[in-house]
Amino acid sequence: MISEKEVRHIAKLAKLELTDSEVKKFSGELSDILDFFKTLQKVKTDKVEETSQVTGLENVIRSDEIEVDGNETALLECTPHKVKDHSVQIPKIM
Amino acid sequence: MDLTTKTLAELSKLFQNGKASSREITEAFIANIEAKEKDINAFVTTTFDLAREMADAADSRQKNGTLLSPIDGMPIALKDVVCTKEAKTTASSNVLKDFQSPYDAEVWKRLKEAGAVLLGKTNTDEFTMGASTESSAFGVTKNPHDLSRVAGGSSGGSTAAVAANFCTAAIGTDTGGSIRQPAHFCGVTGLKVSYGRVSRWGTIPMASSLDTVGPIAKTAEDCAMILQVIAGQDKKDSTTLQTDVQNYVELLDTPIDGLKIGIPEEYLATEGVDQDVLEVIESTKAILTDLGAKLVPISLPHTEYGLPVYYIIAPSEISANMARFDGIRFGSGKDGSTLDDIYKKTREEGFGDELKRRILIGTYALSAGYYDAFYRKAQKVRTLIKQDFDEAFETVDAILTPVSPTPAFTIGANSTPLQMYLEDTFTIPASLAGVCGISVPVGQSEDGNLPIGAQLLGPQSREDRILRIAHQIQQSVNSE
Repeated sequence: MISEKEVRHIAKLAKLELTDSEVKKFSGELSDILDFFKTLQKVKTDKVEETSQVTGLENVIRSDEIEVDGNETALLECTPHKVKDHSVQIPKIM
Repeated sequence: MDLTTKTLAELSKLFQNGKASSREITEAFIANIEAKEKDINAFVTTTFDLAREMADAADSRQKNGTLLSPIDGMPIALKDVVCTKEAKTTASSNVLKDFQSPYDAEVWKRLKEAGAVLLGKTNTDEFTMGASTESSAFGVTKNPHDLSRVAGGSSGGSTAAVAANFCTAAIGTDTGGSIRQPAHFCGVTGLKVSYGRVSRWGTIPMASSLDTVGPIAKTAEDCAMILQVIAGQDKKDSTTLQTDVQNYVELLDTPIDGLKIGIPEEYLATEGVDQDVLEVIESTKAILTDLGAKLVPISLPHTEYGLPVYYIIAPSEISANMARFDGIRFGSGKDGSTLDDIYKKTREEGFGDELKRRILIGTYALSAGYYDAFYRKAQKVRTLIKQDFDEAFETVDAILTPVSPTPAFTIGANSTPLQMYLEDTFTIPASLAGVCGISVPVGQSEDGNLPIGAQLLGPQSREDRILRIAHQIQQSVNSE
């Protein structure tokens, strides 16, 4: 069970602004989904290692050479905000 | 002669022999799209002017004897998560509705260098999150076999485009079944490559430990031709496999007699599988036996845990990946008096319901106090699922299962999120294990209206084997 208060808290962590009706809806839906996860408690995993990747690759490295990839102007053109001195302008954060 | 109903392999032969120009082929597809796209909604963006330009260039190469590859001059489509300099890339989301990528995805770069012609960018569930394209911000893609039904998802735009004869082949992405399930719904062939076989550089991510990019086409042979171009290591994607790329096309006709095909009891014992789907599996088994393959009963004991594991791991990775859509560097950012204000307004207005839902689940599963119970637990059970496949592939060469419990469902039929998640029951375990899988059309529903496919799974990097089996199944089906 996940309360509306918890939904509001998670939304805050995730930088999502939810309307009251969204909070209500997600609280119900998320509770159903979390219930569904309970079946995993049946599986014994005390001695099982975690899998975070499946390739078997380790320490993939490449030579330490500078390459120019992409174009600064084109990348800066992607921002919806003003650009000044090669930087995206945003509101003050401090 | 209707060029659009031909396979990629057939059109390639006509083009290379000078019997049809790339421009003629491209115009035929464009005419078909213009006639039928209004009903189907397979595309987010079409690029007809570009396609004509690229086709003319291919025709010059054909005349000069400087063809680039077997797919030179062949019109294709890309799922709209594959970044292209030539057209916007939206991920079917409002947050990227005007996004113009400054660079190409590696998969598009390779296709372009091979001479492929781009007809457009196809519809998907928003950021590939869904099994029906109903979560697209730009409307649902309808199934060309029955317009009241979904094309499946998330690569439903790509599979519908191939099924409707809008292109020779299309690129899709498969994280938990997003190529295989819509291929089954639309009666086309869809290959989910082994994790790491195809570079994901420049393809908008969903869940990074699971995402793959792969081909969708009419036949396994056509998929092999596309895979030949896009497979292989990419230094910009350090998760790409370093194993050699096989000659997929050449290996297609190697006989499959003596191959052992595993039939996992857990898949067929799952509740709620349609009788029509089970019958198609039976007829696939008969075809395989005729071809000399041996059917071996196997067990993949942790199958039932695939769904809960996936719906913890994938949303966790999604919640992290979606943090980049903050409205600052790209996308449709909103104005705000504070940074937080910009983030929240951008995400509230730019994200659809399923995206928000998955971000919330993931954030919850990763948050303090719940990490061990959800995320770590899921990562451990993932190990057991992977071990099931490792052990199975010690005794069998490939595995045969249904793709999805039912044929294409009616638009709006899966009304709760959990119902929609169950669509992925048979495709998710292979995604968690990182092995390869192919959805191959074999039969129809009893009323003959809806296509039904079968899924073949193979070990990591053995796309050659499942393409070969699928190809020979298709040869048998076609000769009946």
